[in-house]
Amino acid sequence: MKRSRSLTWLLWLIPLVFLLYFFYQPLLAIFRQVFSERFNQGWQFFSWDQVSQPLVFTLWQALLSTLLTLLVGLPAAYLFARFDFAGRKGLHTLSLLPFILPTVVVATAFNTLIGPRGWLNLILMDLFNLSSPPIQLLNSLPAILLAHIFYNTSIIIRMVGNSLSRLNPHYEEAARVLNATPWQAFKEVSLPLLMPTILGASLLVFLFDFTSFGVVLMLGGSQYATLEVEIYNQAMNRFNLPMAGLLSIIQLLVTLLITLAQNRVRKPRFGNAALSGERKARHRPTDTWQKTFVVIMVILLLVLFISPILSLVTRSFVTFEAARGERGEFQTGFTTRYYSELFQNRSGSIFYANPLAAIRNSLVYSVITMVIATSLGLISAYALSRSGKFTRWLEPLFMLPLGASAVILGLGFLLTFNKPPWTSGPFPILIPIAHSLIALPFVVRTLLPAIQGIPNSLREAARVMGAKPWEVFQEIDLPILLRAMIVSLAFSFTISLGEFGASSFLANARTPTIPVTIFRYISQPGALNYGQALAMSTLLLITSAAGSLLIEKIRLPGEELF
Amino acid sequence: MLRVAEIHKDYDGKPLLKGISFEVRQGELVCLLGSSGSGKSTMLRIIAGLENPESGKVYWNNEDYTQKPTHERGFGLMFQDYALFPHRSVAENIAFGLRLAGHSKAEVEPLVGKALESIHMQEFADRPVTELSGGEQQRVALARALAPDPHLLMLDEPLGALDHNLRTELLQDLRKRLHESRKPVIYVTHDQEEAFALADRLLLLHDGKLVQEGTPEIVFNQPANAWVASFLGLGNLVPAKLISANIVETKIGQIELENESELELGSECMLLLRPQEALIGEAAVGMHNHLRAVVQDVIFQGEYYRLEALVGNTLLQVHSDHDLEVGQTLDIAWSAKKLQCLPLS
Repeated sequence: MKRSRSLTWLLWLIPLVFLLYFFYQPLLAIFRQVFSERFNQGWQFFSWDQVSQPLVFTLWQALLSTLLTLLVGLPAAYLFARFDFAGRKGLHTLSLLPFILPTVVVATAFNTLIGPRGWLNLILMDLFNLSSPPIQLLNSLPAILLAHIFYNTSIIIRMVGNSLSRLNPHYEEAARVLNATPWQAFKEVSLPLLMPTILGASLLVFLFDFTSFGVVLMLGGSQYATLEVEIYNQAMNRFNLPMAGLLSIIQLLVTLLITLAQNRVRKPRFGNAALSGERKARHRPTDTWQKTFVVIMVILLLVLFISPILSLVTRSFVTFEAARGERGEFQTGFTTRYYSELFQNRSGSIFYANPLAAIRNSLVYSVITMVIATSLGLISAYALSRSGKFTRWLEPLFMLPLGASAVILGLGFLLTFNKPPWTSGPFPILIPIAHSLIALPFVVRTLLPAIQGIPNSLREAARVMGAKPWEVFQEIDLPILLRAMIVSLAFSFTISLGEFGASSFLANARTPTIPVTIFRYISQPGALNYGQALAMSTLLLITSAAGSLLIEKIRLPGEELF
Repeated sequence: MLRVAEIHKDYDGKPLLKGISFEVRQGELVCLLGSSGSGKSTMLRIIAGLENPESGKVYWNNEDYTQKPTHERGFGLMFQDYALFPHRSVAENIAFGLRLAGHSKAEVEPLVGKALESIHMQEFADRPVTELSGGEQQRVALARALAPDPHLLMLDEPLGALDHNLRTELLQDLRKRLHESRKPVIYVTHDQEEAFALADRLLLLHDGKLVQEGTPEIVFNQPANAWVASFLGLGNLVPAKLISANIVETKIGQIELENESELELGSECMLLLRPQEALIGEAAVGMHNHLRAVVQDVIFQGEYYRLEALVGNTLLQVHSDHDLEVGQTLDIAWSAKKLQCLPLS
């Protein structure tokens, strides 16, 4: 008993020290920045407009994005849960893909679709012989909304679709026998039973839309700034750190409120009876209405999910350059130049971002993140799996970082660690540490249910047969956790590779990452820069998609990712 | 009343029901009996309109109901897992069908009250159904199915989810309530005890077809084939061959039957030896169908002893009213008029 107690202590101690030092210390630094300023000079560093404008816009676009996402996501969830059709499985996998795609990839993908150099404009220019792009969708609210729908529809499909397909089909059938029309049966029985899930998923989507950074920064332009983007602008462009800190605190409070609300609605209701194991309640569409519904939804989802990805990949292989002096005439053709340029070393320009170094850095950071996040996550998950007074006290401390955004983390790191030895060291360890903090919640949520799922009787049986504690872990826990471990590794690798928010604060010219380099390329003029951004995005897309597929493939069904 | 004709239904590409036809008359309780996976529940779902048959028709009072939507049929169905709506109270569950049939609130309330009274659960009205015990859930489910006064009531293994003691208790209650309702009832079960206790008529479903139809007595006394006898556990089944009009050849010797078999001479059949009909000891000596057996095991069953008796290398079960020694030899006989050789299918 005694030994087990001290082991619990140790299990708590390691992640606790890590979190206190690398999460709570930076958070505290932000608070100190804001409030010491307050005492020194009063609140002169900001006007209320500077706070209320981004706050109102952030809430407004998040609300709009969430409603639109529901509009697409709920029918899509219904489609996947209830209907069988050719290519269902492929489309389902495709629809789950966006969730893990890096924001910069999504942003560049939409750029190649609706941007001034995007397919839509190029085709229209070609068709009507125009000399300038006819649609100005970039730097507009619709572009942001579109990207958010693209991103979060997968969350609705995953959560609501999962509940719907696990809903006992007898409920609706019982209602049908009790005189209800199909619509009444859905409205009176299935919908109320799904409501907690729908609310929970909506709040999660709202949270993701509220904390959206990369997409808004790259698609919204200068006039549309969410809190996160404004924090970045204030800190990195105007060097108004107190202002950035104040916005961070507001952001943190709202995030906390949403998370609390989300935990409240997600509490299981109606017992477990309502949601049983997955049942085959799917059937082929029978009448005309159902067929029409399926066809429309399949086309809609294909357009939504494939068009940005396809347009990114194709656009990265095509040149469209106006020949000098001849307006409206284009030299078009297939090219691999954007890719080969990535591996050329042209260090002449001051704006030059070295793509090769970025790729190398990103891979190294990802591997380190993978190791830190998974081992820390494993220890934390074991600590959390042990019940007791201790756990109840410390659990909130562990759960808070889940709600913190990457941008706030980046700002906190900048305020705390922007000094030797962190800056003078030979290796920028801060970036993988920040990435680990971001990946940690996903790792814990993957590992914890797997650990809790191991029956203690297995360990006891091993102990009775003479296994020492370490041998029990090796022989029982480790093999059972293997799948979850692989998922955790893939998760942390993929998250680190595509992470943009914190990296945009921490990566400097010496230590670029792939997403940061893509952002720099696409912010600069010139067809070559554009092309190189697309080429890198395509490479990142392929890696992330591979990671995502791997996760989906080996993830145990029923494990919740959120 | 209800008539189904030539129902064919596939499941996962394989035929599940291969031409089912039967009728249910006013006030009649019909038990659809078959092993699990035989398509009993599917048959109910087709009658309810929850599934469409590949071919065949469902008639109600000679009107073709095959394409009629479920909610317009006015049939009640009680599910094996009851499917009580977990987000509604007991009273709301019972009121559901009435409400959707268009009854006003003022009409619904007294009807729900009456339904609750009939199951002695008035004080449960506002409880969530998730807090009910298995037996209570079963009663609420039945009350819910009966509340909208359906033309036809179907029950899918209504006692299947309950433990043995509760089953026996509720079976009586169910019998009373179903007969009182005077509705035509189709009761699906795999439990013959339930079927015998409740049914006016049995329908035995095997391999996609109705293999026998009749009152419990007829089915018990004259099983249509070897599967029926085996499914109902009627006794020992010994492979046999008809060698003359009333004699079969088996591994335990030639056995004489009283009635001439309708089977063709030389065809294979299954000899049914009912354990409770066996004559043992003195009583068996001198009988026509006399066998010598060695007692392998004696199992006390309360009202009788069940013997495992070895004849040649065939193990037979016979009942005895007194205890016997394991290893002793024993005379056994069956009177020819109690024996039947059943067709294989």
